[in-house]
Amino acid sequence: MKDKIAEKALLFIALSAILSLLLITFFIFQQGIPLLFKAGFGNFFSTHWSPTRGQFGILSMIVGSLMVTIGALIVGIPFGLACAIFLAEFSSSAIQKTLKPIIELLAGIPSVVYGFMGIVILVPFIRQTFGGPGFSVLAASIILGIMILPTIVSISYDAFVAVPNTYREGSFAVGATKWQTVVMLLLPAARSGIVAGIILGMGRAIGETMAVIMIAGNALKIPGSIFDSVRTLTSTIALELGYAAGDHRAALFACGSVLFIIIIALNIVAIRITGRK
Amino acid sequence: MPLKIGPRTSQIIAYTILLMMTVITVVILFFIILYVFKNGFGQLSIEFLTEKTHDMGKAGGIFPSILGTLFVTVVAIIIATPLGVGSAVYLVEYTRGGLVRRVISFGADCLAGVPSIIFGLFGFIFFVITLRLGWSVLSGGLTLAVMIIPTIIRTTEEAIKAVPRSYREISYSLGGGKLDTILKVVLPTALPGILTGVILGIGRAVGETAAVIFTAGSSLGMPTSLFSSTRTLAVHFYILAREGISMPNAYGTATVLIIIILGVNFVAYRLMHRFIARYY
Repeated sequence: MKDKIAEKALLFIALSAILSLLLITFFIFQQGIPLLFKAGFGNFFSTHWSPTRGQFGILSMIVGSLMVTIGALIVGIPFGLACAIFLAEFSSSAIQKTLKPIIELLAGIPSVVYGFMGIVILVPFIRQTFGGPGFSVLAASIILGIMILPTIVSISYDAFVAVPNTYREGSFAVGATKWQTVVMLLLPAARSGIVAGIILGMGRAIGETMAVIMIAGNALKIPGSIFDSVRTLTSTIALELGYAAGDHRAALFACGSVLFIIIIALNIVAIRITGRK
Repeated sequence: MPLKIGPRTSQIIAYTILLMMTVITVVILFFIILYVFKNGFGQLSIEFLTEKTHDMGKAGGIFPSILGTLFVTVVAIIIATPLGVGSAVYLVEYTRGGLVRRVISFGADCLAGVPSIIFGLFGFIFFVITLRLGWSVLSGGLTLAVMIIPTIIRTTEEAIKAVPRSYREISYSLGGGKLDTILKVVLPTALPGILTGVILGIGRAVGETAAVIFTAGSSLGMPTSLFSSTRTLAVHFYILAREGISMPNAYGTATVLIIIILGVNFVAYRLMHRFIARYY
């Protein structure tokens, strides 16, 4: 009897995560989607954002979000993967045991601190070296790339470690070097884990807010080069939610809806990939 | 004619490049922390940690923000811990594959990937406006609770899975029911692992900005109740740095923030390590 009640109570508790997810979906969409239809898709996917005057174009922000995310991946993937390969295949277990936890500890550095580093070091450096405002696609890409490193390193490392040792032994037995083994056997074998790590890193980059606001410049136009200022979906929400009302606030929730759809799609892909093993 | 590189040479080249890239990565991550500490440690003093904030943060200390961070985090942990641990117990002890398990796992995985600004939007419209809790410690804590539930579920799940099956069998053979076994055998054994999850949740909550700035607010007053608006350390640091109010105080606040988070994560790591050493 007691056990039956406990099981029912635990089932109820266990539904909290999925219920929260549904509640979040409902409230974000309920606030944002009606405006999409009211304003019309043409208006919504244009580049004119002037929400107090009925112009809700978020195209430049979508492009902005994509640009900094791709930039972050260009920075983050090579370094993240190199780190994971080095740790998993080329270093002693002592180095593994020291570096892996250190990199994971660093994953805890708050995003505002990364943004601050952008302001005090990276932005002035870009301004002096390349000219322009410094607050730019480039600055945001580099900082986001660094931010997603721990995610990529940690998940790819686990994927390499999960490849059975017989693969390595077989490869060494036929005279292959470590590097040949990595390229020809381990990379393909660990592929799904690596891709999942990259997708999760991508989700982190596209959803990052505070760090991007601090260093991207937030100008409302599609950037012409990587040295131009850029504004993302997330920065628009955070910059304007404090004072927005009426349709303006609804428009910010519409931005949130677009972002949410992208993130959930990325998550589902990542879960599918890791689940298949 | 393409240059032919032998396998030995390519091995050496690859090793060198990988080593360099790893060193660069680790150096960058360390540099960030050391740079903040170098500029922030001088700022720390008893007064800075215990005094009220004056002049928007140009003068005075950061005590209201330390208190605000503490309150919001405590609310989040009190709510998220039972939900997260309960979910994990159900997943491991009561389900064997099947649809229910898949749905719950999917929910936890997806929730873990939701960006903090979405939690901020949700908390703002649901807790602050719909439930009329206003910008408050309670709204901020509830929002953070939803955010850290997946962290606690995942870590607790691993910890419970690691409890050897024989422990449960002994309990059953002595006539213990399922609930008794869970409460008296499984959970106590898994406790260090569960604590690790809770502590990681604390670390996430303390460093969070986007989810709390629109739910707990940014008031600099001393938080006195669950319904006071408050400005957490991370939000305070964000405002100081972005609006250029006071760079020295921004560095000081960041130093405190990083020390707390690294400390918290280090404790979680040590606990997990001991737990793993015992059961794997």
